[in-house]
Formats: sequence, structure tokens, C-alpha cells
Amino acid sequence: MSRTIIEHATASETFNKDESYVDWHDETLWFVRQKRDKSSKLLPEWEQLREAASTIKNYVLSHMDTLLVSFEQKAKENGIHIHWATDAAEHNEIVLGLLRQHNIGKMVKSKSMLTEECHMNEFLSKSGIEVIDTDLGERIVQLRNEPPSHIVLPAIHLKKKDIGDLFHEHLGTEAGATDPQYLTEAARQHLRDKFLTRRAALTGVNFAIAETGGFVVATNEGNADMGAHLADIHIASMGFEKIIPKQEHLGVFLRLLARSATGQPVTTYSSHFKKPREGQEMHIIIVDNGRTTQLGRPDFRNSLKCIRCGACMNTCPVYRRSGGHSYHNAVAGPIGSILAPNLDMTKNADLPFASTLCGSCSNVCPVKIDIHDQLYKWRQVLVKGGHVPQSKELGIKAMSVILSQPRFYQWSGRLGRSVMRTIPFVVNNGLNPWFKQRDMPEPPKESFRDWYVRNRKA
Amino acid sequence: MNSRDKMLQQIKLNMPSETILPEKIRFDSHFESTESKFVETLSAIYTEVIVVKDLNELKAKADELYASVTNRATTIPFLNSWADFSLNIADPHELELIEIAILEAEFGVAENGAVWISERHLPHRALPFITQNLAFVIPRNAIVNNMHDAYERLSDTTGWGCFIAGPSKTADIEQSLVIGAHGARSMVIFLIEDYPVL
Repeated sequence: MSRTIIEHATASETFNKDESYVDWHDETLWFVRQKRDKSSKLLPEWEQLREAASTIKNYVLSHMDTLLVSFEQKAKENGIHIHWATDAAEHNEIVLGLLRQHNIGKMVKSKSMLTEECHMNEFLSKSGIEVIDTDLGERIVQLRNEPPSHIVLPAIHLKKKDIGDLFHEHLGTEAGATDPQYLTEAARQHLRDKFLTRRAALTGVNFAIAETGGFVVATNEGNADMGAHLADIHIASMGFEKIIPKQEHLGVFLRLLARSATGQPVTTYSSHFKKPREGQEMHIIIVDNGRTTQLGRPDFRNSLKCIRCGACMNTCPVYRRSGGHSYHNAVAGPIGSILAPNLDMTKNADLPFASTLCGSCSNVCPVKIDIHDQLYKWRQVLVKGGHVPQSKELGIKAMSVILSQPRFYQWSGRLGRSVMRTIPFVVNNGLNPWFKQRDMPEPPKESFRDWYVRNRKA
Repeated sequence: MNSRDKMLQQIKLNMPSETILPEKIRFDSHFESTESKFVETLSAIYTEVIVVKDLNELKAKADELYASVTNRATTIPFLNSWADFSLNIADPHELELIEIAILEAEFGVAENGAVWISERHLPHRALPFITQNLAFVIPRNAIVNNMHDAYERLSDTTGWGCFIAGPSKTADIEQSLVIGAHGARSMVIFLIEDYPVL
């Protein structure tokens, strides 16, 4: 869905216009974060699991070539066709080629953020192929002609009334109906028909196992399996970083994934594909699309350890109050903000600034990616590379002048406090970006430094 | 150079220096009773666990629970007289009509309520997903504590298998949990004490 990019800060401003809506969005995601907390605290070994997962993923980064070759060999032995795609365009062409080869014009798809990243649906539809997203949340946003706003909860930005209206228009549900049970049932009927009539299914890949050549796809709805087991041809698309060395490592990752994502002990379905079923063709497309470049950036390569649980989004105070679409990238939130600049520094220069650097993302990450450190480091790379608008650069320079001169800093603080006390309208207005969607705080009477100096004397 | 070699060459060039795999990748779970934990976990995900003594009791239970249902399928030969839908078909699309399937499965996992089922026990991969309602039968002593134990036990060499934990569900509409997204609308697990075949 190519549309003109609106900067994160501007998009957030629009998102924040309806205060009760933003509060609802914020609380909904915080609730998911709390479920993650409860679930993780039931396991005394939680921190050790995170450490194990992180160490396995570090191993993967440093043995990527041999693991991929071993995976390819095993998968081929198992009768799976392997394709390699250096970029999004090549990935999309491979999918189109396979569909054309089988004379297939319609395909069902389960959740795959990679195909969002590659803008595959758009490409295929231009070539006359109809793609139906079968995850309920993804189907909802697809009918709205929108990208998902969250990697695990694609329609988390919508209220049930929006979905009721949408289904009334597209699926013929009763006008005004908003009962989730009723709406889900309508989608079930609508999508069952698609599952039963489509000959091709595309799924993502959560984990690909080098040792066995198999791969695991996790869903709660069962849509990946419904699609794959009924189709003549199953295409699975994966970024190459999805590889793990051994099957037993799944014990670590599957214990972490769903607990981090939604607080469930495991997803309803963890499907292990190893061979095509009789008479079926199975294809895996291994995609680069900038990942080798990211692997070569020492400060940022850890982002490739991500298992796409979405915990960093649910916990992020900026994501919760700005919504996934403000990030104008297939993967939103903190992890998206460290992945996106690798894809395009100019387009995505705003994203590493969409953070308070509070570090909550790094604390919840099941594979211990140093997300907030990377956000901070990207800012420096982007400013040095001239990708940041001059206004922001000027602001940073001014701050640097003030912060590097203690006396000037003290004087500025005093000035600020007295201005806020005596002539508050100077800061309490729309020209001050800190005033937007906020009330300015009561200024303290004195700074900590003043207090300290005074009390130390006494 | 083709895309494969290009990618692998670039990866080799850009990889960080070697690190090693962690020594500790499995942890023991301690439950007072593995079975009670299994039952408790499953009840939280809308799944009833029923203990039966043997195949006769299983059949009696199946008759009782699904008396009014037509299109009943099973992979358990002893229940053939209970079933009215033959799985002896070529095209999995025909499975669409099935209302209830009672399927033999391998083992369960106490920490998350998952049951492992694979091609070893299935004539059609689509079966546990396409059926409207699902029941698994596993030996009462075939429950492991956690996923580490599960993978240790998993000697499966078939082409496909799945951990299934409860009925299909979604919360994509305002985070309201709805059971029965695309897969089974309900799930029952029979723990059988005396089961000769498994």
C-alpha cells in the first residue's frame, strides 16, 4: 500500500486528536503487556530462558551461512523446493512465477510480515492475482485497504463498531451489529469458503530448523494450517534470520514466544512442516531484502534476532499513544524503528526518534535485543548522515551548547522556571510542542542543584 | 552469480565473529501432579479433560457426548461403529462436512495444555483443523511437564505434526476472546488408562 509518508510525529498528532480513543488504545495494549508479565512470572526460569534464546540467536548470526546451507540441503532431501530472493521484487516475482506455472489466480495467505515488507499483495493484485488474508485481524485491515497496525494484533487500532460497519458492507452482517462472537462467525463462514476453493496457500515461517529442514508456523486461529493442508501448493516465505540450529531449541523459543506476545503459555497451533503431503508441492522462499546489510552493521545486527512477538510494542509508551500506522513501516513500534532505517534511511529517519529511550522494550524482549540502545545509536547515524531535518538538528545543537556549559545550563533552568511561573502562556500554547496533548507541569521552586547547595551549607 | 550464492557470500562477509551455543537449554518444571496441571491449564483454554478406563468406556462417553451429532469421524478402529463418516477419501476437501472427530494423538504437555498429533496418527493433515469439533485420545500416562520434555520425547520422523492447545480462537475484535475462529469450535481430551495400541 504505497502512500505518501507522513512523519511519525505528525501522524501521532492526528492519532491523538480523540483523547478517549487514545486512552482506549493505550489501555488495551497495556493490558496485553500485563498478561505477558503475569505469564512470564509463572516461570522461575524466565530470565534464563531469555538468556538461552539470546545466546542461540547470537550463534545463529555468527553461523548464518552454514545453517542456511544445511537447512537448504535437508529441506531439499525432504522434497521441498528452495528459492532465494535478494530483495522484495525477486521474492514477489518468485511467488507470481509459481502461481502462473500452476495457472492459479487466487491464493489464501496467513500472517506474514515479510510479505507486508515486500508489498506482495499489491504487486500480485496488479498482476491479476487475488490474495485473501485469512487471519481475522489481517482480513479486517485488508478489507479496509490498510496495512496491519501491529505484527501480532493487526486490527488493534479498530473499535468493534468500525469492524461491524465494515462487515456489514463487505460480508452482509446486520447493520449496527458489533458482537465480536457474531462478527467472528461471519468471518469464519466467509473465509471457510476461501479455504475450500483456493489451490495455493502462502504462510510465513516462525522458525526454520537447520538440523531437520523443517519449519514451524504458529497461529491461534488455525488459518495457516487450514490454508496449507487444503492447497495444492504451499509457499512459505521467510527472512533468512528465522533459522535456528536444532529442533530442541524450539523448546526454548516456543516457551517464550506466546507468553511474550499475548501471555498465553503457547499458541493454539504450533505446526511443524517437514515434507509436502502426497501430491502437494511445497516451496520455501528465503529472503534477504536488506538483511545481509543489517548483519554487517555491528551496532544494529542484533535486531535480526527478533522473533516477532510484539512485546516491545505493547510496552512502548510511544507506540501505545501513537498507533502502529504512525510508523509507516510493515513492522511498527520499537523493533520496527530499528529495522526500518536499514531499509531506507531517508524515509525512516524519523522512527528512531519516536521513542523516549525508557528502555522498557529491551526489558521485555525475549531474545534480549538492546532495542533502546540501538534507537539511540540510529539517531546518531542518521544525524551524521544528514537524514534528519535541519530543525531537529538545530535543536540538538542548541541543547548540546547548553548542556556542555554548566553555568549557562543553570541560568537557562532558572529562566525557564520563572517564565513558567510568571508568564505561563508563553509555554502553555500550541507553538510549544511539549504542550501538545499535555498539561505543562507545575515548575519547581528551585532546581535540585540549588537545593543541594543550600542544604549542604546548612 | 545467482541470488543464492550472492546472499551466502554477502552473509559470510558480514557475519560477526563466532559465538557458541548455550550449555543450558532445558529446564525442569516441578508440578505437584503433572496430570492436574494439564487439566488446570486446559480448563483455562476452554478444554475439558475426561479420564476413561478403557476403550469401552471411551465409546460409552463418545455416544453420550455426541449422540445428536451426525458426521462423526474417528481414527480409532474401536470407535468405527460410533462413526458415520468414513475417512477413506482421496480429497481432503470432503472433510468439510465433519462435525466431530475423535483422534488418537501421541502425548500432552502440562505447562501449556498442548497435544502432539502427527501424520503417524492421521490420514489427512487437514482433519484436526477442518472438523467443527475436536477430541483427542491420549494414554493417561503420556503427559510430559514442559516443552523441553516434549521435544525430548518427540522422535517423530513423519512429514508433518502439530502441537494443538485447545480450540481455535481469536481476539482480533477489540481483544474480545472468541472461540472457534477457523479451526475447531470445541475440544475435549480423553485420557485413557488402558490403551493397548499406543
